[in-house]
Amino acid sequence: MEGSYMQSFFQWISTNEQIIYVLILIIFLGFIVISRVPAVLHTPLMSHANAISGVVIIGAIIVMGRADANNYIALVLGLLAVILGTVNVVGGFVVTDRMLEMFKKKK
Amino acid sequence: MGVSILALVYIIAAVTFIMGLKMMSHPASARQGNIVAGAGMLAAIFGTIFLYRNDDGSLLGNKLWIFGGIIIGTIIGVMAAKRVKMTAMPEMVSLFNGLGGASATLISVIEFNHLADQGFPADKSGAGIMAILFSGIILGNITFSGSMIAWGKLSGKVKDFSFNGQHIVNIILLVVSIGLSIYISSHLQATTTTILFYVVFLLSLLYGIFFVMPIGGADMPVVISLLNSLSGLSAACGGFLYDNKVVFTGGILVGAAGTILTVLMCKAMNRSLTNVLIGSFGGGGAAAAAAGEKGQHKEISLNDAAVVMSYANKVMIVPGYGLAVAQAQHACHELEKLLESKGVQVKYAIHPVAGRMPGHMNVLLAEADVSYDNLLEMETANEEFPSTDVVLILGANDVVNPAAKSNPASPIYGMPILDVEQAKMVIVNKRSMKPGYAGIENELFYSPKTSMLFGDAKKVLQDLITEIKTL
Repeated sequence: MEGSYMQSFFQWISTNEQIIYVLILIIFLGFIVISRVPAVLHTPLMSHANAISGVVIIGAIIVMGRADANNYIALVLGLLAVILGTVNVVGGFVVTDRMLEMFKKKK
Repeated sequence: MGVSILALVYIIAAVTFIMGLKMMSHPASARQGNIVAGAGMLAAIFGTIFLYRNDDGSLLGNKLWIFGGIIIGTIIGVMAAKRVKMTAMPEMVSLFNGLGGASATLISVIEFNHLADQGFPADKSGAGIMAILFSGIILGNITFSGSMIAWGKLSGKVKDFSFNGQHIVNIILLVVSIGLSIYISSHLQATTTTILFYVVFLLSLLYGIFFVMPIGGADMPVVISLLNSLSGLSAACGGFLYDNKVVFTGGILVGAAGTILTVLMCKAMNRSLTNVLIGSFGGGGAAAAAAGEKGQHKEISLNDAAVVMSYANKVMIVPGYGLAVAQAQHACHELEKLLESKGVQVKYAIHPVAGRMPGHMNVLLAEADVSYDNLLEMETANEEFPSTDVVLILGANDVVNPAAKSNPASPIYGMPILDVEQAKMVIVNKRSMKPGYAGIENELFYSPKTSMLFGDAKKVLQDLITEIKTL
């Protein structure tokens, strides 16, 4: 039993090898890109990152587009997911822009 | 053809996300960076709607529903973002973040229902898919309920709440959620799986609530940043589920960036993440500080304060959390103009973590049209204090506490502070003698150079303005 779990674990690693590489590289990239941000920019940066995490909207769109046209539960939940995701993305970028506009105004 | 174009669009979008974050690290390029990433996002969204193909090669359906959702979401998002007051920024970010988490959760719920209808895949790949689904649900739900509580607390709608043993309850909630998820993933049975699925759903929602409830208001930015990182990870789960690289990349990127930003924020406040989360901050240090000599503080009348400031050569204003809460930035700017018209040189000393969030004070003062040249960063301000006649501290406390330099037992020991004691005179505006959020006494208030001016920052500033005008 133990052996089969180990085996399936290794199998999982080899089937997802590429994405694991991508995962590791992006984690380091994220660390490096952010690590020298001055404290002054922490608030807009947080808001900006928050807007990017709204990228999940793409998943919501795919779910929505695949849903059976008669499956109203899926449609309604999907619609809700699309609305919430859009608010996150649009609101996030607009609010970040408003904050940064003020920094720019200062020259 | 369409599919390969979409792949290219996704790659470009992923690059814009990385560039956007990179450009956010300098004030000069930050705004452009935000626009670059926004454009990438727009391209990815419309690319998906028109070019995405299902496994059987068909395009996405239900376009009316999709566009309806996007239009409604855009209207709500733009209205909320345009209307929010600059002082309410922390709760706005938190609210948006929570909605993103909810979106990620909903995707996992729909996908689960879809799998349940079809019958769960019996082989091991089913366990893998379920594990990702559950990660998405748990992370998304914690982000959602946690951010909602953070939003409620920051906007004053939800009060602090904690009970004995809450940390243990929290840990149990989390462990049970994860344990159940693992159990369900490896024992897929149509009957019990659905029920247990919703048990995990509820438990993770509860965990989010209990996790944020006891955390103090001033620590909220750190928590929001952490929740932001979780929402990135929950998005990444969605990306993994649909093998969508741009969602995956964006999600992981935010997860990593959010984590490091959380750590940076803690560093700027000289706190450890564990301290923020467990909230045991100030316990020992407060006792140590309270044991010291308290001494007497002296008050100054509005009239005296007005006279002293009007006849000074140089006045330095130190704005803090209290100014942000009282929304006194406009009154502050008015006082500055009035004093300048009397020939007084007025500048602002900005501590990096002044305000309700790091960098928040700069945004607030910029909103009130305070000139950039008058905002001094901590190092410059510290050089100018010795030649300053009057320092006016508006609702700042820990960032001017000399204990950070002199008392190794103090919890804020080591945090860089503004050396206001170098100035000839210090006027401190506070609502009362209560210690700041760190819960520690501030010797500065008992210094012979210091006079206290009690009251709400906005009210006091307005009264000062009236007094100075009648001089």
